[in-house]
Amino acid sequence: MNKLLLAALISSAIAVPAFAADYTIMAPAAPGGGWDQTARSMQEAFQAEGISGNVQVTNVPGAGGTIGLAQFVNQSTGNPNALIVGGYVMVGAVLTNASPVSLANVTPIARLTGESDVIVVPAASELKTVDDLVAKLKADPGSVSWAGGSAGGVDHIAAGLFAKTVGVDPTTVNYIAFSGGGEALAAVLGGQVTVGISGLGEFDAQIKSGDLRALATTGSARLEGSDIPTLGEAGVALVVENWRMVAAAPGITDEQKTAISADVEKLVTSATWKQTLETKGWQDMYLSGADFDTQLAADIDATSAILKDIGLVQ
Amino acid sequence: MDTFGLLANGLLAALQWQNLLYALLGVTLGTAVGVLPGIGPALTVALLLPVTYRLDPTGSLIMFAGIYYGGMYGGSTTSILLNTPGESASIVTALEGNKMARKGRGGPALATAAIGSFVAGLIATIALAFLAPWVVKVALSFGPADYFALMVLAFITVSAAFGDSPLRGVTALFIGLGLGVIGIDLQTGQARLAFGIPDLLDGIEVTTLAVALFAIGETLSIASSRTQMKEEVLAVKGSVWMTLEDWKRSWGPWLRGTLIGFPIGAMPAGGAEIGTFFSYAAERRLSKHPEEFGHGAIEGVAGPEAANNASAAGTLVPLLTLGLPTSATAAIMLAGFQQFGLQPGPLLFANNAPLVWSLIASLLVANFMLLVLNLPLIGLWVKLLTVPKPWLYAGILSFATLGTLGANGAMSGRLGPIPFSFELLILLAFGILGYGLRRFGYPIAPVVIGLILGPLSEQQLRRALAISQGDPMVLIHSPIAITLYIVAAAAVLIPLYFRIRGKGAVLSQMASDED
Repeated sequence: MNKLLLAALISSAIAVPAFAADYTIMAPAAPGGGWDQTARSMQEAFQAEGISGNVQVTNVPGAGGTIGLAQFVNQSTGNPNALIVGGYVMVGAVLTNASPVSLANVTPIARLTGESDVIVVPAASELKTVDDLVAKLKADPGSVSWAGGSAGGVDHIAAGLFAKTVGVDPTTVNYIAFSGGGEALAAVLGGQVTVGISGLGEFDAQIKSGDLRALATTGSARLEGSDIPTLGEAGVALVVENWRMVAAAPGITDEQKTAISADVEKLVTSATWKQTLETKGWQDMYLSGADFDTQLAADIDATSAILKDIGLVQ
Repeated sequence: MDTFGLLANGLLAALQWQNLLYALLGVTLGTAVGVLPGIGPALTVALLLPVTYRLDPTGSLIMFAGIYYGGMYGGSTTSILLNTPGESASIVTALEGNKMARKGRGGPALATAAIGSFVAGLIATIALAFLAPWVVKVALSFGPADYFALMVLAFITVSAAFGDSPLRGVTALFIGLGLGVIGIDLQTGQARLAFGIPDLLDGIEVTTLAVALFAIGETLSIASSRTQMKEEVLAVKGSVWMTLEDWKRSWGPWLRGTLIGFPIGAMPAGGAEIGTFFSYAAERRLSKHPEEFGHGAIEGVAGPEAANNASAAGTLVPLLTLGLPTSATAAIMLAGFQQFGLQPGPLLFANNAPLVWSLIASLLVANFMLLVLNLPLIGLWVKLLTVPKPWLYAGILSFATLGTLGANGAMSGRLGPIPFSFELLILLAFGILGYGLRRFGYPIAPVVIGLILGPLSEQQLRRALAISQGDPMVLIHSPIAITLYIVAAAAVLIPLYFRIRGKGAVLSQMASDED
């Protein structure tokens, strides 16, 4: 048992492509994170639904996914069996890291899932509503410290866009980067910062227990059964959603792209996938074809503009 | 129901045969992956997640916890026998443990590590059961300024504790601090000292550096000095088991290690390795045999090993009470909870009490199993040391290389048509650095410690200053930070005071302590 497992561990870790693999999905992140979970959920659904017989997941962590992306472009060009998982964070990372390879170098297939950010304050905070936050931010932008994920990530972008939307100079946003939503949560709970901004999943339990107060989510619509308003409802015209996507290798033919898109469509409509979305609390944000291409281009433009505004990209 | 009743119910659940089986499977797997460098408990749990999807939640979580504890046990074995720390928490163990093994005291070193881990695991798990809500409140009150003060204390106590020459120790520390700057700066997202190489953007991997400096550096140094080849290594000198003297010298460090490791593991920005540094520094200060440090002092194995196991239990405090993962393995265990639709956090104890208590109880069971599994193996392990040196070092070399390849060795580099692993290149380069340090008598551990503490202290300092909008007074604003600075100042000033007074037995005692 140990030997078998070890063999499996080593072979998956050093990414030896197996023989009859229908798809090899690269998660450009360490095991356990969102992209890894997306890739492994796809693997499971592909196999359980009989869409693909043998699916391998490889992890290539590093630098917001840009290391995995570069390797994917280098090694998989023209390979119709190679897929890569990515997302909004990668859009920002490509820009801040000045990565030589971008999402323009792969063949985007579809947007799969998404999650909105939520803006929270400690239960004891004087800030009760989004209006209070806007007022404090306008009075003295530096006095509002925002805790969220890494610099240039979706949380930072959302904080910058929030300031810009309410008419505050985004370069004055006092953003404190933490290496993950968990550490940011500790800083908010401990009252070290004014507000926290991160994925809803990071703060959900503390919102329910009453330790944190949610001011608003950054999504386009309220979550089912939730009493947290969206920013739009609270009077700030802003939507930021952290989405995850799947892309195929560059240099594949149109027929191959169509075949992969069909497989992915089968995947997202399957019962296994729906079950996964429910247990993981992911929102279904499936979008494919020309619509996705247009949306992706718009997201890249908006991200590039706000990263310049914040001063992270020259 | 009170805590005792809940824990007793949990024990009954954990002692069901299928849960015992999950625990056994977990600790066996955990020990195995802990022994192998490169494959850590985090990766193992991540790979097992999809497999356990259809199992019952209690069983799989018990298995994951077993892997976590087992990994902490297994990591010490390679550190002691092969000087190849499999994970960052067992780096300090290699310092004294490997020296002991060279002197034929590998048996007692492994035994004090195993029993110390058991004692620490036992006390810390009981503390987890009874003190979790309280400990987590204290841990949360640590702000960036307090963490920075803690790091200052670590720098001061730790840099004085390694090596015989303070100047060489500090030089080695600064090499580590320099290496720590490499990579994307967390606060601004800008790359520093990466020279356009994408593989450097995430900085230098701590385990790669440690394996390179310890294992590769030593192999090169052995290979370069042929005379040493004739030196006979005794596998076993005296008893394989701990003598009465060993027991007397071990129990204090076990308890102190537990006391240091548990709260640091529970801190959101703590981490198992920092507890081991503090424990090592404390034991060196308190030991009645300071002259043995650096040459195989049993306290230097007993304390840090207890500290790293206690901090593993400490990590579960914020995970269970807040849903806050403070280590890679905890982050993946969190994903495991979520896979079963459970959200760790303030409501978990209320909504899923039976599951939480059987998990805590099974940690106690896993701890017993580990002791029973590991003690008889010691006799077998020390046989490894009788392998002829050329074979042993060839083995270490391939072991270290395979481990690095397995952990981070993606073939990301490309030289013309030939792909190569950049991580291996780093391993070799730092192996040569390790050889150089050895050759010129510089201590190695401070380099690794600098790499770990440097980025942590920098980020905390900058966070503290950003939150206060640049006002440096924030650094001495909280009672926690002030206390830590006073302890740090005492650590520097008290030896200095005795030195200035300059007379009497105290001085000669201090001088021989510090030499």
